[in-house]
Amino acid sequence: MADEKMQLPKDAFEPLQATEQLNSERIAAPSLTFLQDAWRRLKKNKAAVISLWVLVVIIILAVGSIWFSPRNPNAQNAAYANLPPKIGGGFWGFDGKANIAGAVVDAYKQAGVPKGTYYILGTDYLGRDLLSRILFGTRISLLVAFVATFFDLVIGVAYGMISGWYGGRVDTIMQRVLEVISSVPNLVVVILMIVVFKPGIFSISMAIAITGWITMARLIRAQTLKMKDQEFILAARTLGESTRKIALKHLLPNLSSTIIIQLMFTIPTAIFFEAFLSFIGIGISAPNASLGTLLNDGYKTFRFLPYQMWYPAAVLSIIMIAFNLLADGLRDAFDPRTRG
Amino acid sequence: MRKYILKRVLYMLLTLFLIATITFFLMKLLPGTPYQNQDKMSASQIHMMNVQYGLNKPVWQQYLIYIFGMVHGNLGISFQFSSQPVSYLIATRIGPSLQLGIQAMIVGSILGILLGAIAAIRKNTWADTLATLLAILGMSIPNFVFAVLLQYILGFKLKLFPIALWDNFSSSILPTIALAMMPLAETARFMRTEMIDVLNSDYIMLARAKGLTQAGVVWHHALRNSLIPVITLAGPLAVNLMTGSMVVENIFSIPGIGEQFVKSITTNDYPTIMGVTMVYSLMLVVVILIVDILYGIIDPRIRLSGSEVNA
Repeated sequence: MADEKMQLPKDAFEPLQATEQLNSERIAAPSLTFLQDAWRRLKKNKAAVISLWVLVVIIILAVGSIWFSPRNPNAQNAAYANLPPKIGGGFWGFDGKANIAGAVVDAYKQAGVPKGTYYILGTDYLGRDLLSRILFGTRISLLVAFVATFFDLVIGVAYGMISGWYGGRVDTIMQRVLEVISSVPNLVVVILMIVVFKPGIFSISMAIAITGWITMARLIRAQTLKMKDQEFILAARTLGESTRKIALKHLLPNLSSTIIIQLMFTIPTAIFFEAFLSFIGIGISAPNASLGTLLNDGYKTFRFLPYQMWYPAAVLSIIMIAFNLLADGLRDAFDPRTRG
Repeated sequence: MRKYILKRVLYMLLTLFLIATITFFLMKLLPGTPYQNQDKMSASQIHMMNVQYGLNKPVWQQYLIYIFGMVHGNLGISFQFSSQPVSYLIATRIGPSLQLGIQAMIVGSILGILLGAIAAIRKNTWADTLATLLAILGMSIPNFVFAVLLQYILGFKLKLFPIALWDNFSSSILPTIALAMMPLAETARFMRTEMIDVLNSDYIMLARAKGLTQAGVVWHHALRNSLIPVITLAGPLAVNLMTGSMVVENIFSIPGIGEQFVKSITTNDYPTIMGVTMVYSLMLVVVILIVDILYGIIDPRIRLSGSEVNA
């Protein structure tokens, strides 16, 4: 039984054509670069795509309002103070009616506003157009966030790369410094910085950046440590590439996904801090406005004129939600392993 | 273990010392004087005031006095608040802040753990979507917007809770909810990821193969193992509660240290700013230390790496 050879019929085999063999080796899908691949994955995430569009629209509106603001955001008109929202002839919620001492009255008629003039989101206590002010405030808030994020990027990436690359004593000292800085509540640092360097767009951005780069530095250091012993870095070193060139041409591109994801989380944090500081009254000062100062102004009268608080609050919340959803989407897109 | 704790405590003291030093010299860098009406005062009056606050001595002596006093619990005298000692101000005001912080931490973490666990067990169902949505809202919407929203709807419109008051437990409910939103969201997200990881692991499969019920698997195996990493969130959450308390206490008029901190910033009351900064740093450093030690006890692999704090 065992030594009996198994007989296979000849016609069970079919000779293969030369061309077919080639076909089986062909890769059908075009090979994608890392970024294309991430973009393809991001597009599948509906929430992230919608957030991206919302943010694009908000940024275009905020920047565009430099030239196309509905009204001058700083023009005061005491006679038209605290007008409620009204659009066109007026419809529900935007009819220009105000509840004054229990009676509903047409605030526009009372103030003597000519027919055809209306404020889409109403006016504030100085008669400034709220819509224009929100656009203006959004611009300043975004500006502060982007400037802070930029410094965050530069300091964090440089610190992390130096610490991770050189290792040894340099790394130990740099890590101790990080530990000390990170054990001060970051808001306290931000507040101290602002108390020392009077509030302004630049000083607030700097104060936020000074506390924000720590997470970035930690992430970059960890990645650098992991990468510096890998073959491609070893090859570059063997070929005599200078440290600076290795950092810029070999390390940085490979760190890009970490950097992008972290930046997307930093921006909303910066927006939050700015709004927070302005809300407690030590942020952006007049005549400039940010979403935080608008909230602060609106809060003073929000029991009677709630719209002055809700619109800036809504815009701020939408921006925060959109950035967080986009950041989540980007993280999943760049690193599918983290997907829950 | 004892050596590890000792090392951590030493680092903690060093950190606090550095923070105190940096804060002191930052405050000394400030332009101007602490006296609002200096122009109207005569030279001898200014001298008297300087002597009273110890500002006539050289900076290095002031620094030594400051550090020496702090070790003994003396944080100097407030420039505002009718010249009371800063340590007394903090002592009388820390109660409400601690109460709110602890309440918010308990509410936030318990609800967050529940929400995260449900989302993980019912992954990719409507319950998961709802939990994720709640978490995103909680993370994104600033706590002062939440606070104002609660104050307006539940306090002002529906009159269910006092609007801004601090006497009994019911007055602490709204600020607690406002403060708890962020911890809730963070814990829920973290818990969901951890729990999904654990539920996919081999020992859960073994437990299921043994014939354990779903509830048994979740309760005895999954929940406990996913809870361990959640402890690391305590540091960032503590920072978050401190930040949150500054606005929330202001909005609800609660006599806590957050409210006092904001007040002392707007009135340039440097000794109070320094004192509260030190108290905040101390609390944070202690929370991080406790988390690290707990973690070292629970999971020996972590014993040597530091903890991550970011907020």
